[in-house]
Amino acid sequence: MRKKEMIAMLLAGGQGSRLGVLTRKVAKPAVTYGGRYRIIDFPLSNCINSGVDTVGVLTQYQPLRLNQHIGIGIPWDLDKKNGGVTILAPHVKKGDAGDWFMGTANAIYQNIDFIDSNDPEYVLILSGDHIYKMDYSKMLRHHKEKNAAATIAVLEVPMEEAGRFGIMNTEEDDRIYQFEEKPKNPKSNLASMGIYIFTWSRLREALLEDNEVHVDSDFGKHIIPKMLEEGQTLYAYRFKGYWKDVGTIESYWESNMELIKALPEFNLYEDFWKIYTNNDHQPPQYTAPGAVVKESLISDGSEIYGEVHHSILGPQVVVEKGAVVRDSIIMGGTVVGAESVIDRCIIDEDCCIGKRIHMGIGENIPNETKPNIYDSGITVLGVKTTVPDDITIGKNCVIYGTTKPEDYENQKLESGKTVIREG
Amino acid sequence: MKAIGIILAGGNNDGRLGVLTSHRASAALPIGSCYRAIDFTLSNMSSSGIGKAAVLTQYNSRSLRDHLMSSKWWDFGRKQGGLFVFTPYTSSDGGDWFRGTADSIYQNMTYLLKSNEEYVVITSGDSIYKMDYRQVLQHHVEKGADITVVYQRLEHKDLSYYGIMEMDENQRLLRFEEKPQVAQTNTASLGIYVISRKLLIELLQTIVPQGGYSLVKDIIIRFLHDLKIYGYEFNGYWSSISTGIADYFATNMDFLKKEVRDIFVNDYPYIETKPKDEPPAKYNAGAEVSDCIVGNGTIFNGKAEHSVIFRKVYTGEDSVVRNAILMEGVTIGKGCVIENAILDKDVYISDGQQVIGKSQQEPVILKKGTRL
Repeated sequence: MRKKEMIAMLLAGGQGSRLGVLTRKVAKPAVTYGGRYRIIDFPLSNCINSGVDTVGVLTQYQPLRLNQHIGIGIPWDLDKKNGGVTILAPHVKKGDAGDWFMGTANAIYQNIDFIDSNDPEYVLILSGDHIYKMDYSKMLRHHKEKNAAATIAVLEVPMEEAGRFGIMNTEEDDRIYQFEEKPKNPKSNLASMGIYIFTWSRLREALLEDNEVHVDSDFGKHIIPKMLEEGQTLYAYRFKGYWKDVGTIESYWESNMELIKALPEFNLYEDFWKIYTNNDHQPPQYTAPGAVVKESLISDGSEIYGEVHHSILGPQVVVEKGAVVRDSIIMGGTVVGAESVIDRCIIDEDCCIGKRIHMGIGENIPNETKPNIYDSGITVLGVKTTVPDDITIGKNCVIYGTTKPEDYENQKLESGKTVIREG
Repeated sequence: MKAIGIILAGGNNDGRLGVLTSHRASAALPIGSCYRAIDFTLSNMSSSGIGKAAVLTQYNSRSLRDHLMSSKWWDFGRKQGGLFVFTPYTSSDGGDWFRGTADSIYQNMTYLLKSNEEYVVITSGDSIYKMDYRQVLQHHVEKGADITVVYQRLEHKDLSYYGIMEMDENQRLLRFEEKPQVAQTNTASLGIYVISRKLLIELLQTIVPQGGYSLVKDIIIRFLHDLKIYGYEFNGYWSSISTGIADYFATNMDFLKKEVRDIFVNDYPYIETKPKDEPPAKYNAGAEVSDCIVGNGTIFNGKAEHSVIFRKVYTGEDSVVRNAILMEGVTIGKGCVIENAILDKDVYISDGQQVIGKSQQEPVILKKGTRL
């Protein structure tokens, strides 16, 4: 029987609804980041770089792209005989009964058999939502030194922002005595990063007990408070370094743009602690005579004939002659037609942008249907969207699907408008 | 496909590429920003449905072994078949260097004997092309040939490096001249052969013990009339990079043409290579890049024109790179001028230096790891 000291369980089933149309067809962990990566590449690469070689990936919402991306784990060296990566999907259990994953802890509860089959001492709980590089083996050492039942990675955030996070209130030695979700009057600035190490025997017990009480068992809401109440030893582990929750359109855009700086805080160009992704075909990228590319990241296989300023382009993007892309994120496989101007937009994978299109101009009016998601002036196009030639598009617009000229009155889409074409 | 592959990657082509092949086999030469020459043949085999291939290597085999350490990038990581890398060895029966192309296969006869595929596709490891060997095999069967030799009518090439063929109207081979001083035709063998496995075994067992070590001289030419040897014309892009520095330079520059990139980069099946997992290329504020192919992980701060830039290259502010090949890990300092040059891997040019070659035909070449 195999035995692993620590295995990781990666929660990748969430939609990430605040990313709007970007997560219409894929789960949030499968959204691309930094040109050629997907968000899940960061925790997966952290795992293998930390020596964690057994990872269960829990999927639920729109798992197809995620499944294709992870495959058998080859890009991360997680195609292993003993361990490796396993996709764990909701499934039918006794009789005909089966459940969706109802909460973060419930999802782990439903996969107790998988964890038991690896017989681990410790279980690392991760989410597929964050951009960071972290050595989980250091966190494990901390966990063992403190002889803790659970260790929670925390980041010191500015006190005035603490109210937006789950805050750990700790003793002097970082032992946690209270957990507060988005406190009005925060007592501490130690924000939970959603990364936990549990001693498996303790977690197993807590999961079984909590399942009797909460069908939607959640780590933050139920498991952590329950363990604290029982007086178990929970410690905070202070992480120093870059960590970003790219949960909203604006934070996603900003975090991407930070990579463009001459000396970015989050450096992908070091040989140490590489981030791996499933993109084995990594052909050269071409910049044509007459093209202008400045302050930008351009991924493999892209062909630039026009201008790109302060933008991030994914693999196999084509920017045709005379087109100008500025302050934008263009994901893999998208074509920007000749003489089109793209200003502060996020364009998802495999889109076809026609010629002489002006996108992202006009007044900054929040989106009419989803003002809480699209209010930062960024216009967003969903995956495989087509926009016909000669259209002018405003700010905070959302476009999805194969759109036709008749979808645009007077060849125009005003700021804050939405066009969704299913099919 | 009912064939196994043999890739002859033994040599460095008489050192015609100078310092570029002083420490590597010509099949391991970097090309087109992220490839090695052998990627093209390996990808062709894999996408033609050949599931078992052997690379025969001798000259500085380490460079190739590094690259081929895992065969899964070309889809050869299989229980059935897979990728074999053969180097000269010794045993209780003694041991020899490979004394020629035929000898190198003969010394690894077990590979042929233990296979049961009907045919063998034999190729070199340093040509740049995309070919479906299934079409060659089909032609081979239709002609009822014993051996098929793939050829192309080469324009503007120095034919003295090639085997020159003369055929009848049925493409049956009549004459074959190896590296003639004065070529009678421009019909050149591309060094790609199809032959039945049993016949190959039989021929090798005949010629090698008699001291015949060359596939061309001791099989093709010697059995020209006894065997049915046919030509197969290939019209696609084909270039050999090991015939000289000028050819190596020009082949790299060919990747700046859209029609060439379409073949190798944009159109399926792709040419696969060992992934290096570098981040996207980064263009900083001072970057002025025009007519360049660029590998991942490169950072531009200066000017680059009409050049082939590999992975993880760094160019400093106010530097100018023109008509040059910068291989993986090259660092160019501030205010440098690099023109008509090939900078091998990990070359380091400090601020303000100038490296200027005469022309594309005669570029200046800096050896791997040179520091200026």
